[in-house]
Amino acid sequence: MNAVAGVAAVVAVSAVTLGIGVFGLRISRTTGDFYVASRTVQPLMNASAIGGEYLSAASFLGVAGLVLTRGADTLWYPVGWTAGYLILLVFVAAPLRRSGAYTLPDFAQLRVESLTARAVSSALVVLIGVLYLVPQFQGAGLTLRTLTGAQPWVGEVTVASIVLLIVASGGMRSITLVQAFQYWLKLVALLVPVFFLLLSWHRASGSSVARLQVRDWVEPLSGPHALYMTYSLILATFLGTMGLPHVVVRFYTNRDGRAARRTTVAVLGLLSCFYLLPPLYGVLGRVYAFDLVGSGRSDSVVLELPSRMVGGSLGNLLTALVGAGAFAAFLSTSSGLVVSIGGVVSQDLLSHRLDGVRAFRVASSLGALLTLGLALASSGVAVAHAVELAFAVAASTFCPLLLLGIWWRGLTAVGAVVGLVTGGTLSATAVVSTMFGAAPTGWWGAVLAQPALLTVPTAFVVMVAVSLATTPPRQVSRTMVRLHTPEHLVLDRGSYHPEAAVPDPS
Amino acid sequence: MSSEIDAQTELGEVYVRSLVRSQLRLAVEVVAGLTLTLGMLPMLFAAVPRTRSMNVLGIPLPWLLLGLVVYPFLVTLGWVYVRRAERNERAFSDLVDRG
Repeated sequence: MNAVAGVAAVVAVSAVTLGIGVFGLRISRTTGDFYVASRTVQPLMNASAIGGEYLSAASFLGVAGLVLTRGADTLWYPVGWTAGYLILLVFVAAPLRRSGAYTLPDFAQLRVESLTARAVSSALVVLIGVLYLVPQFQGAGLTLRTLTGAQPWVGEVTVASIVLLIVASGGMRSITLVQAFQYWLKLVALLVPVFFLLLSWHRASGSSVARLQVRDWVEPLSGPHALYMTYSLILATFLGTMGLPHVVVRFYTNRDGRAARRTTVAVLGLLSCFYLLPPLYGVLGRVYAFDLVGSGRSDSVVLELPSRMVGGSLGNLLTALVGAGAFAAFLSTSSGLVVSIGGVVSQDLLSHRLDGVRAFRVASSLGALLTLGLALASSGVAVAHAVELAFAVAASTFCPLLLLGIWWRGLTAVGAVVGLVTGGTLSATAVVSTMFGAAPTGWWGAVLAQPALLTVPTAFVVMVAVSLATTPPRQVSRTMVRLHTPEHLVLDRGSYHPEAAVPDPS
Repeated sequence: MSSEIDAQTELGEVYVRSLVRSQLRLAVEVVAGLTLTLGMLPMLFAAVPRTRSMNVLGIPLPWLLLGLVVYPFLVTLGWVYVRRAERNERAFSDLVDRG
């Protein structure tokens, strides 16, 4: 492996990202800009930015690694990550934009009119954000190790530092540009090499196809409790997308509810193009890089294939390209998550002590450092599975809050809080024990590895039951008008305004 | 009509509720469509083992469906939803403007 090409690629991506970040600094001055780029973003740009932010290490590296190891059953990961946007589109996109909420805690406060619900939501945003960040940092460590032979912590510290620089310098405005750019970079970085790889495979037609015919791998529903595991995975990914903190913030940058819907369909299209590619790498890896399974490095299959199958300077060039794409994946998702964590923590915990922008910087730094610590400490769960566990927590908490809050007048503050706490505790217990290596056998093992099929319905039932026993908030009718009526109608939508909650430093 | 909604009269409430209900019905229809097709695939693979291994166009059926066919299907569902949701909203806007 030519380390120079790999390092050059990583440096180039980081430099371009930082460059756009610094350029964006001149545009983003006020606190409002800092959080959400003041709503001037065009739909395709916005959809690219959502795609860029969403396609993380799990999509870029992890899916191929899982397909390589476990085969047909793991095709549900990319399918679920795409279908999650369809569910988000039909239930959440337009009403969430119309709510005017920047963040999930804003939405909780607006809908159930409770500061407790807001505080619980803030804590959950930090929890989900950190769970999602840890595998991003670990993926960065893995990538630098594959490209250069450096120790994993080098990549983890590198990505944490760059993200902090981006976030502290540019804020969200620059991040929108960065993210949009990074979607296209990631697509090209998988698309171009795959042509050469398929060409090379075609020339050597027939080589080691036997490994593609192993029954456990090529057929779905392999392994113990396969049906439960599959449906639990489906539930977590289909319902978890709407509850991811960095996804929700993006909806505020749409002009109105109608634009939010159209942006979401564009996102569906962009993700559908991208997710055709990672399984191809997994299949080719089965033929050309099967030893990675034995050595426990299957997550690096995307990075290994170009040099193994093409070789020479073209191979080096392609390796550099996928390396650049991988780094784009860590940087974009990580900075989006750090911004979301920073926004929530600074607004809810630090705003009494520090002014808006400084609080945001302090909070973002704390979030990134905490994650770095966890990334260095936790054991190696496959990147895609680790990310999917964050989805399970989101599906067990914010999914019921959003669905019931938007579509059911009966949701109350007490119901929301008790439901969030129940779903959050149950799912987080399973997830954290899996992350730190607990793997009991039998049914408990299956439940801990894929908790969503039990925890999501539990959270829904608790939220509904407790709500039925308590009184709905006073302004619920007004809130329904706000969430569901088109913006061009002149109606009384209540007075809640999240921007008022953000202190303006100017 | 907008004053009826602002004052939260019974009539105003009825209009808003009917908008919410029509949008919810549409959303549930889309999700039902998704559940009965994509959502039934694991059941199909479990109930009819032959579907796990049969080849279509030289590709194993599960790989063809989950690796390729599903994506245009999801985009189409999303597109159909957006058109119909906007139609519901237009109907509501016409009602409010006329009243």
